Amino acid sequence: MTAADAKVLRIADLHVEAQDSQGQWHGIVKGVSLELDRGEVLGLIGESGAGKSTIGLAAMGYARGGCRIAGGSIVANGQELAGADRDELRRLRGVRMAYVAQSAAAAFNPAHRIDRQICEVPVSHGLMSAEQALATAKRLYRRLRLPDPEHFGRRFPHQVSGGQLQRAMTAMAMICKPDLIVFDEPTTALDVTTQIEVLAAIREAMRGEGMAALYISHDLAVVAQVADRIMVLRHGKLVEAGPAERILREPAEPYTRELVNVRRAMAPEKPEPATPPQLEARHVTASYGNGIRVLRDVSIELHRGTTLAIVGESGSGKSTLARVLTGLLPWEAGECLLDGRPLAKRLKRRSKSELRRLQMIYQMPDIALNPRQTVREILGRPLEFYFGQRGAEQLRKVEGLLEMVELPRDLVRRLPGELSGGQKQRVCIARALAAEPEIVICDEITSALDPLVADGILKLLLRIQNESGLSYLFITHDLATVKAIADEIVVMYRGEIVQRGAKRQLLSPPWHPYTELLLSSVPEMDVRWLDRLLAAREVSSTAPEPAASLPAPRP
Amino acid sequence: MNGVVRLILHRLALGALTLLAVSLVIFVGTEILPGDVAEAVLGQGATEETVNNLRKLLGLDLPAHIRYLQWLGSLLQGDLGTSLTTGKPVIEMIAPRLENTLFLAGTAALVAVPLAIGLGLVAARFQGSWLDKTISISTLAAISMPEFFVGYILIFVFAVKLRWLPSLAKLSPSMPLGDKLVLIILPCATLTLVVLAHMMRMTRAAVINVMSSPYVEMAELKGATASRIVMWHALPNALAPIITVVVLNLAYLIVGVVVVEVVFVYPGVGQLMVDNVAKRDLPVVQACGLVFAGTYTLLNMIADILSTLANPRLRHPK
Repeated sequence: MTAADAKVLRIADLHVEAQDSQGQWHGIVKGVSLELDRGEVLGLIGESGAGKSTIGLAAMGYARGGCRIAGGSIVANGQELAGADRDELRRLRGVRMAYVAQSAAAAFNPAHRIDRQICEVPVSHGLMSAEQALATAKRLYRRLRLPDPEHFGRRFPHQVSGGQLQRAMTAMAMICKPDLIVFDEPTTALDVTTQIEVLAAIREAMRGEGMAALYISHDLAVVAQVADRIMVLRHGKLVEAGPAERILREPAEPYTRELVNVRRAMAPEKPEPATPPQLEARHVTASYGNGIRVLRDVSIELHRGTTLAIVGESGSGKSTLARVLTGLLPWEAGECLLDGRPLAKRLKRRSKSELRRLQMIYQMPDIALNPRQTVREILGRPLEFYFGQRGAEQLRKVEGLLEMVELPRDLVRRLPGELSGGQKQRVCIARALAAEPEIVICDEITSALDPLVADGILKLLLRIQNESGLSYLFITHDLATVKAIADEIVVMYRGEIVQRGAKRQLLSPPWHPYTELLLSSVPEMDVRWLDRLLAAREVSSTAPEPAASLPAPRP
Repeated sequence: MNGVVRLILHRLALGALTLLAVSLVIFVGTEILPGDVAEAVLGQGATEETVNNLRKLLGLDLPAHIRYLQWLGSLLQGDLGTSLTTGKPVIEMIAPRLENTLFLAGTAALVAVPLAIGLGLVAARFQGSWLDKTISISTLAAISMPEFFVGYILIFVFAVKLRWLPSLAKLSPSMPLGDKLVLIILPCATLTLVVLAHMMRMTRAAVINVMSSPYVEMAELKGATASRIVMWHALPNALAPIITVVVLNLAYLIVGVVVVEVVFVYPGVGQLMVDNVAKRDLPVVQACGLVFAGTYTLLNMIADILSTLANPRLRHPK
């Protein structure tokens, strides 16, 4: 074995460029170098746009459409990938190196059974017979703790849960025993409790199979659980690199320090509300058209000038509650009140004033903003609709709104496509504020954003609340966000409320078992957090699925 | 599976309703035609009285809604009525013509559909290459010319100049299949050129659209070959729009061939209908209209059902 072969991957001075709409090439990875030993896990961390996914794909000799590997060398097992021809790369991909994408639901082909997609790799590369491949796949299902490994793969991707699909994709990556697996944010799209199961399964399988990995994430706490070494990236350049433990304990660079101690926004303590509730849901029950009940006897109270956080995992019904309150989904039983007066079930029956007082901000600013309208038009629309403002008066108001959300005035002529994710979400906030609302429903508004950007948004919301006495109904699965912003908390599980209370009271014991599960599932900035957690759960519970051991939710 | 069955039943019911509405439209449409068969048969010299007698004889003096219900009632019993001019049952007039039309349309479909999908896949696989551009430009050129023009050009080249093929396609029922096929080569080629571009471009667009999805990137990162990516990963997910366009063009092959039939003097349903509009033989016209509408509705229903079945989420519910 020559010296070059000793490394699974050696990237030197990598440059990747992307083409903009004018056809100009811009660097998105600017001179990054890294090395990976056999069996080693290297974490790549940074906010979106840092170039971590691009590096991960480049490690497989791949560049997305509109991108090109412009310089540097990528040597995998002594073989140069930069400039290698397509057939050469095709023979290596899937076999010597494999990829696990962020969204398994999107990366699995909806038209084929899981088994066939996993076995495709070794069979089409001529490495195994169909029977051998199937046997190997089943062995990996077992290793990744998938339920019913004998029959799991006969299903179609849409028939299994997101967490299971993510583990199936890991099996797909491992089936040819590659030297290197690139994990691109494999747990980001999952609920915290599912994230732990997937993270633990991936880590165990990686150790068992002895493969090297590039583990890409924007969540430093998650990366620290699996990576031996961590590289921090920003704007396509290396910020710092080192052993995971050292990066967490003694970050050398200011940017890394910021990532390690995200200075959490913190809502000031408020006195117990004495006024009657401003927004109220009483014993609300709701279903979608298919007859599946998504809300059962849910009651909440939101008091003026406070923030009520609704916490729960996907499928808990928290977003449905928002749809019910805003009139998008008529409820079946119960009632909703605004300032003590009943609200109509349907949006169309509500008065303009009721619509104005209750505004909503969505999770995905990309989808919530019309890509063909300028910021001026987006913010001008509610000003005209609610207050009949036009022309110069409207423009002054738009500029004032931008100032309120800490954006420069000269954004008025920009289109959403020309703004960053954080700026877009600020425009969405400004649009809600344009109606001069009393209550704003925030549906997962920070979960698509990088931690530092999300923190900026939370601080902004708190400042506005402080200045204008707004009330927020804050829907989220992220307990760190809840800790930062909430005054009162409601925990939802499968369409019911399992625990409620003031923040201080709810975040300290005794907890409802589900609340405890959620709280303990939030990754901590400690390389041994996952080990300790898994050990503790091993002791406290013999049931394999934590959620299954929950007692029936309280009536 | 239950959901799929319900969907199909729902679609069938809608199809029946559509046909009922169409029958009404056809009846009203033929009512609006100026003049009637009595005037057409007896000519200009007829007296008011003889015309009225003939009307009474043919039942034309009854109010329109009664005649519609009578017509609908016998339709439901499988009786298309009797021709007013020849006195023969309409079904006997239409059946051989329909057979001819289906023969021409079926042969054209057997050539055009595989060719269009194949060309579309090749164009998608080599997107942006000279091959892609050649396919797109030539099929577009073919669709841009009116079909009678394409037909006459083909006749001019292959029948008049080269003398390889006959210029007329006068089928008779007694001909052996081989002779029939030779006769319809030119009309078949004309129809193929007319429908090719639409199906080919939709195949290309649908496959290219799917090619930008994450699972196709994943297939590339799994080391799948380009042909495998197109055939196994992209095509099954692009089927729904392709099916819709293919069936739309099949329907066009059957109901839209009047011009081609006229150019090649082909004895199909389209010609029969045009002839009998001139003669005001309403039962024949109405029956032809119903055959066309029925074909169209049936094919569209099949398209909807097939596109639904192409979706694994509906075939295999959770």
